[in-house]
Amino acid sequence: MIVPYSHVISLTGILFLMGMFCAVTRRNLIMVLLGLEIMLNAVAIAFVGAALRWQHLEGQAVAIFILAIAAAEVSIGLALIVCAYKRLGSVDPEAYN
Amino acid sequence: MTLFSVAFYILASVIIISTGIAITRRNLVHAAVYLIISFFGSAMLFYLLGAPLLAALEVIIYAGAIMVLFLFIIMMLDEEKLEEKFFPIHQWTPAAVMSGLFVAVAALIISGDSDSQVQLQAFTAEPASFGRYLFQKHWLAIEIVSLLLLIALIGVLYLGRDVRKNNPK
Repeated sequence: MIVPYSHVISLTGILFLMGMFCAVTRRNLIMVLLGLEIMLNAVAIAFVGAALRWQHLEGQAVAIFILAIAAAEVSIGLALIVCAYKRLGSVDPEAYN
Repeated sequence: MTLFSVAFYILASVIIISTGIAITRRNLVHAAVYLIISFFGSAMLFYLLGAPLLAALEVIIYAGAIMVLFLFIIMMLDEEKLEEKFFPIHQWTPAAVMSGLFVAVAALIISGDSDSQVQLQAFTAEPASFGRYLFQKHWLAIEIVSLLLLIALIGVLYLGRDVRKNNPK
């Protein structure tokens, strides 16, 4: 017995909400990318919780793919941010309009 | 309350508090370091939920590789120039609307599903059997993900090339 499944889902919901809030309200591309990371991590926790709920390894397999996709996304995203910073000297998304 | 559930609530509060501190920091280095604490908490949570291999990968990839990459970039970009208008007011409205909708829908789903009250049983996926499962049932997805990582590598090399060397003007 660990905890009810709904508590795990609530935890991931709160984490996802925090990531979404960070991605929407911060005015700094690096913080936006950090918000995306928080959201991906929350989803990975949800998948692992679901794997435990149904006693099936499928959820953990998806969590591994989420890790790989997060790594790819963050490398491309940071390279794009560095490129944009070199050209415009700013990481504020409003400066790119 | 068993030992497992106490550990779960402690880890959950550590994760939520450190993430909450991280997303409100003005200093990007502090934000990244608080997020590393949050990812360590997530790794412990993975271990508690019966995924030791994922816990190790979370520490190595998320807390190790990704956050160190973030720290490199934050220190590479000139930090004094990174002053941002903090939480501008006209961005609060869409954020609040989205958050309210999200909370309402999530509360409806979690409370409406009687199945979600079921207690989780402790269960551990041994790394060896998990790896075997992964490569037997998901070998195609593994190949696709490795191709995706290769494409990301090529894309980053293309983005990071020296532009001045190619057009001398």
